[in-house]
Amino acid sequence: MEYILQPWPWYVSGPLITLIMLLLFYFGKSFGMSSNLRTLCSMGGAGKYSDFFRFDWKSQRWNLVVVIGAIAGGFIAVHFLSDGSAIALSPNTIDDLSAMGFKNAGESLLPPEIFNWDSIVTFKGLAILIIAGFLVGFGTRYAGGCTSGHAISGLSNLQKPSLVAVIGFFIGGLIMTHFILPLIFTV
Amino acid sequence: MKLLKYLLVGMFFGIILVKSEAVSWYRIYEMFKFQSFHMYGIIGSAVLLGALSVALIKRSGLKSIEGKTINIIPKEKGFVRYLLGGSIFGLGWALAGACPGPMYILVGTGVFSMLIVIVAALLGTFVYGLIKNKIPH
Repeated sequence: MEYILQPWPWYVSGPLITLIMLLLFYFGKSFGMSSNLRTLCSMGGAGKYSDFFRFDWKSQRWNLVVVIGAIAGGFIAVHFLSDGSAIALSPNTIDDLSAMGFKNAGESLLPPEIFNWDSIVTFKGLAILIIAGFLVGFGTRYAGGCTSGHAISGLSNLQKPSLVAVIGFFIGGLIMTHFILPLIFTV
Repeated sequence: MKLLKYLLVGMFFGIILVKSEAVSWYRIYEMFKFQSFHMYGIIGSAVLLGALSVALIKRSGLKSIEGKTINIIPKEKGFVRYLLGGSIFGLGWALAGACPGPMYILVGTGVFSMLIVIVAALLGTFVYGLIKNKIPH
């Protein structure tokens, strides 16, 4: 039990993620989380505005059930399967974050400097979340997949488009982390 | 009842991503700073084992639960959409610290502000649908 309550090392987590993908393959489905965003748009009537959303969204219900399960899984993990230990971040990461005004990095899952309501009620705080979400939603559909669809499933299936997409993930991620975040969070 | 297995897979997925800390904004920042092996270990081992498994599935002709041969749909050919779309997603991933899976999972962990990110992601998807035919793919 002790090992379950502690954070899981990468060599346990990585293979378990493979298992998730294989289970979905075995069920005759695929592993792709961002597709649900398109499904939700279609359910909400977006088909009136673009044929991209005119498809049989009911055929994707199973994936929405995965999402509901994932939300429940997040709840279970935090409330019943955690010992509250801090994230063992690299000391360099903690220093770099501290220089940008992030205190106590790793003591919670997410930085309160971005996700606490105190931060969100400011124009800047709200803009950060909206812009971040918009980029994720637009980018994943443009690229036809996210971390699960391209980085895990696509690369496992040796798909060249997925390799290009993952290179893109890193181009965007590196630009944000190294150039834009330091501009947003200046002390 | 048919959907129950998807609920269980989803729960398992949510638990793994929280326990691995892959849902943490801090871990994504650390990854893009190349300051820890943790995230590379998770993704790398998942892909390595995944590639081995997919090769075995193809060779063995393993059948799915519905009795059909497992057919993993290949990605459409293209370059621009993958590089540009991927980079746009990457910008958002590093800012939100969450990709679509963790976005949902984090709501379950009690981070309700993530709902704002999800609504904005729906808007981003919607706008993509509107201008899809006007941008290079």
